[in-house]
Amino acid sequence: MSLYRDEGVVLRTQKLGEADRIITILTRRTGRVRAVAKGVRRTKSKFGGRLEPFSHVDVQFHTGRTLDVVTQVEVLHPYGARLAQDYPRYTTGIAMLETAEKLTVGEKEPSLRQFLLLVGGLRTLVENTHEARLILDAYFLRSLAVAGYAPSLDKCARCGSEHIRGFAIVAGGAVCGACRPAGAATPSAESLALMRSLLRGDWAAADVSQSRHRGECSGLVAAYLQWHLEHGIRSLRHVERESDAPSSVPASFGGNPATHPA
Amino acid sequence: MYEGVVQSLIDELGLLPGVGPKSAQRIAFHILSADPADVRRLAQVLTEIKDKVHFCRICGNVAAEEECRICRDARRDPQVICVVEESKDVVAIEKTREFRGRYHVLGGAISPIEGVGPDDLRIKELMKRLADGEVTEVILATDPNLEGEATATYLARLLKPMGLKVTRLASGLPVGGDLEYADEVTLGRAFEGRRLLDV
Repeated sequence: MSLYRDEGVVLRTQKLGEADRIITILTRRTGRVRAVAKGVRRTKSKFGGRLEPFSHVDVQFHTGRTLDVVTQVEVLHPYGARLAQDYPRYTTGIAMLETAEKLTVGEKEPSLRQFLLLVGGLRTLVENTHEARLILDAYFLRSLAVAGYAPSLDKCARCGSEHIRGFAIVAGGAVCGACRPAGAATPSAESLALMRSLLRGDWAAADVSQSRHRGECSGLVAAYLQWHLEHGIRSLRHVERESDAPSSVPASFGGNPATHPA
Repeated sequence: MYEGVVQSLIDELGLLPGVGPKSAQRIAFHILSADPADVRRLAQVLTEIKDKVHFCRICGNVAAEEECRICRDARRDPQVICVVEESKDVVAIEKTREFRGRYHVLGGAISPIEGVGPDDLRIKELMKRLADGEVTEVILATDPNLEGEATATYLARLLKPMGLKVTRLASGLPVGGDLEYADEVTLGRAFEGRRLLDV
């Protein structure tokens, strides 16, 4: 197979040599592909702005010995152009791209559900119908579920009891009083309910949740994700909440902090 | 494998960007056969670049003294600052001879996936420069890619409440190209930024 065509979302770009880039792209049929886009950094490149992160593209590759080569690209949805105009949504989207890359471990291993989940997540983020942080947490929970790491939220992850008394990342989710290991978190019932809503896609319930429960849910989901990935998500510490728009004085000048660690 | 210093030179040259093992070997043998005076001059410049070149304390551009040539030049307009990612961008804009203001070099763009956030760039230094009220316009000339656009969005949100005129370099069709080959994003931008023909 020397030429093949697929549909994908650009996850990451890295500079290569004088004017090329290595493009990491999550495709519908082939899975995660790393390919060279030759001359893409030149202003008159035939690829133009089509191979920027977030771009949902129809792309043709030529199979190479080590890396494939991008030969043609058409944009299906230029999500990046919209997201770059909204800083909190941009940082949220980047965390989604990084997670998608980390959850698709092997190259060219088809992962259709991860692809569909990412496209759906980016579309929701661009449509601006829910708070960005809720979309991110919903994406994290569902992509973990697709990868086989869904947290147990209705019953104790160890014994199956319905009397939930805490949340232990190492145990795999909610735990009962008897199974609760030392150091387990004790989230409120509302925060656990929010996690359930996000995992199921019950936006009506998630949208009316309170800010403090969203914060608690975000902290637990981020810790759960990174523990199961065995890697930190680097962009997570730069994710900005929409309510955190900086004042004209940056944090280091004594103003409001611009970014919040997860 | 070559002996001693020849192999060391090939190894060192191989660390440079874009130089592979074959190119390193070719450059090493070129140096070996070159005039000794030329090689000594190259060695001297390589030593001097680390000792003598500084970053301008005002704008962050590379400079031979504490302040760069542009910041020292009293004829440059002190009311306009052009914000760029790298020193290389200053040179590119200077070649146009269109801009007579001053610069501010950020030292990169916001890239959360690489772990680069706003605090890792020279944004604090920019805010200090703007504090005295002399500057009236800030031109955001970060790269027209996703990271550059996001950096410009972040800066615009920070600067607008200060009552400054904040502008962004136009993007659109490259001069000398064909319209049919323009990508959708670029062509869309060209439409957004279209101007009235004053004839």
